[in-house]
Amino acid sequence: MSDASPVVTPAIQITGVTHVFRGKGRELAVLDNVSLDLPTGGFVSLVGPSGCGKSTLLRILAGLLAPDQGSAAVAGVSTLLRPGLVSYMPQKDLLLPWRRALANATLGAEVGGAPPAQARARAAALFERFGLAGFERSWPAQLSGGMRQRLALLRTFLISRPVLLLDEPFGALDAITRREMHTWLQQVLRDDERPGEAVRSVLFVTHDIEEALLLSDRVVVMSPRPGRVVAEVSVAFARPRSASLVVSAEFVALKATLLAALERR
Amino acid sequence: MRGTSAQAAHWALRSARELTPAGLLLATLVGLWELWVRLNGTQPYILPAPTRIWDAFLQTRGTLPDHIVTTMSEAMLGLAIAAGAGILLAAAIAVSPLLRRILYPVLVLSQNIPLVVMAPLLIVWLGFGMAPKIVIVALIGVFPICISTSEGLLGADREMIDLVRGMGGRTWATLRYVRIPAAVPAFFGGLKIASAYAVLGAVIGEWVGASSGLGIFITRAQASFRVDRVFVAVIIVALISIALFAAVQLAARLASPWLYIRQNDE
Ligand SMILES: Nc1ncnc2c1ncn2[C@@H]1O[C@H](COP(=O)(O)OP(=O)(O)OP(=O)(O)O)[C@@H](O)[C@H]1O
Ligand SMILES: [Mg+2]
Repeated sequence: MSDASPVVTPAIQITGVTHVFRGKGRELAVLDNVSLDLPTGGFVSLVGPSGCGKSTLLRILAGLLAPDQGSAAVAGVSTLLRPGLVSYMPQKDLLLPWRRALANATLGAEVGGAPPAQARARAAALFERFGLAGFERSWPAQLSGGMRQRLALLRTFLISRPVLLLDEPFGALDAITRREMHTWLQQVLRDDERPGEAVRSVLFVTHDIEEALLLSDRVVVMSPRPGRVVAEVSVAFARPRSASLVVSAEFVALKATLLAALERR
Repeated sequence: MRGTSAQAAHWALRSARELTPAGLLLATLVGLWELWVRLNGTQPYILPAPTRIWDAFLQTRGTLPDHIVTTMSEAMLGLAIAAGAGILLAAAIAVSPLLRRILYPVLVLSQNIPLVVMAPLLIVWLGFGMAPKIVIVALIGVFPICISTSEGLLGADREMIDLVRGMGGRTWATLRYVRIPAAVPAFFGGLKIASAYAVLGAVIGEWVGASSGLGIFITRAQASFRVDRVFVAVIIVALISIALFAAVQLAARLASPWLYIRQNDE
């Protein structure tokens, strides 16, 4: 390698992560030697059967759980037991019941030490975008399931980290809203590319293969528990991608490949 | 701010409607009591009629306010100290397992010292003023407040704590954004229990020895066989207790509005 080409550090680098949950006399092997790279600015989806360890992998990347073996790094920095390096959206919305919608959206910024007034202004400007306009002063208990999820996503977006970990962000939405959110998420990520700030890289967990194909540059398929990476499929469709892409022949072919990988195990 | 006063009026009306059955029952009982005393010619030093108690109230109107102020001050100051100490102890218990193991048994033990033993001792140590009574109220109140608050702090949702940790928050951030707000309803639960016993605690303290307060008022009335005056004092103690409890209830509502969404319908 010559001096002129800089070494490219991936946004996320997971190497040989293995994890076993140990309870009272019970051992549950959840992740088995999982390795995965995510290039800067990339969008990678993780699909796999329920219980295969997807959320566990995200918790490890978020620095909340130390794996038994292996390493995980964000932009070259190890995240093991070092929370705060990524914007992480857990599978549950986990809105704080004692904060109104707007205050929930600004939580990450406030924890990060941003002035509350400034955080509120930034968040309020995005409420419209996230389909939450008019609900700034609502309590989480007054929001619908889909609204709660969008609020959780907004909260995650407002944590300005270059890496986003999204754990089934659209799981609670109906098919129609989900499709809207796909268009919208691609748009938001594109608009987000501001000069001077690092592009966001996304690791996206989902059960929905179409969703994964529509949004990603690459789809990683995991086996049932203990989760291993069993297939990786590159998705080369030009962006922006429209919803009608899902009926194209190439798309259907890729979908068949993924389904086969999921079933092969 | 649409209709804050309308809301208050609505609330007052609803509470009035809720209280009507209890009020009717009480009025009936008082009526029967009056009738019983008159028909049997019961002596007033055995059981005074309600009308006689009312007369006793009118006679003592001049001296009562001072006693009421004393007792209420003791109860409220004692509660405030119990709240402060309860929160501090709860925080200590919540942040340190070692402190938890030290403090819990001591707290439980402190609840098993009989008040009748404690009160005279405190008066010997602290004199006949308000201080020993405030200490008694605080001693009674600190236990429920501390236990309930520490359970609130410790019982906060683990996943919410992890959410804040995932945002880069340390211990203080998890306390500020999750544990403390989660403990607010629990704290008020403890404060409600403490407030229900506060006035009684102050009165028992005064009873043992004081120069002012409803407790000493009762002692004097008893010494002169003025059972009607004893009744006056007892009724006032009950009313103060109810008022204190209601005030705490209101404070709880104001401090945790998210728990009362449906009722507020806001
Ligand atoms: N803290 C924990 N302690 C013990 N076992 C756990 C813990 N967290 C998860 N597990 C177990 O690990 C396995 C993987 O869980 P995980 O949440 O990672 O699955 P998942 O792939 O995200 O599933 P889903 O698609 O249903 O969300 C499950 O069997 C779960 O019961
Ligand atoms: Mg999951």
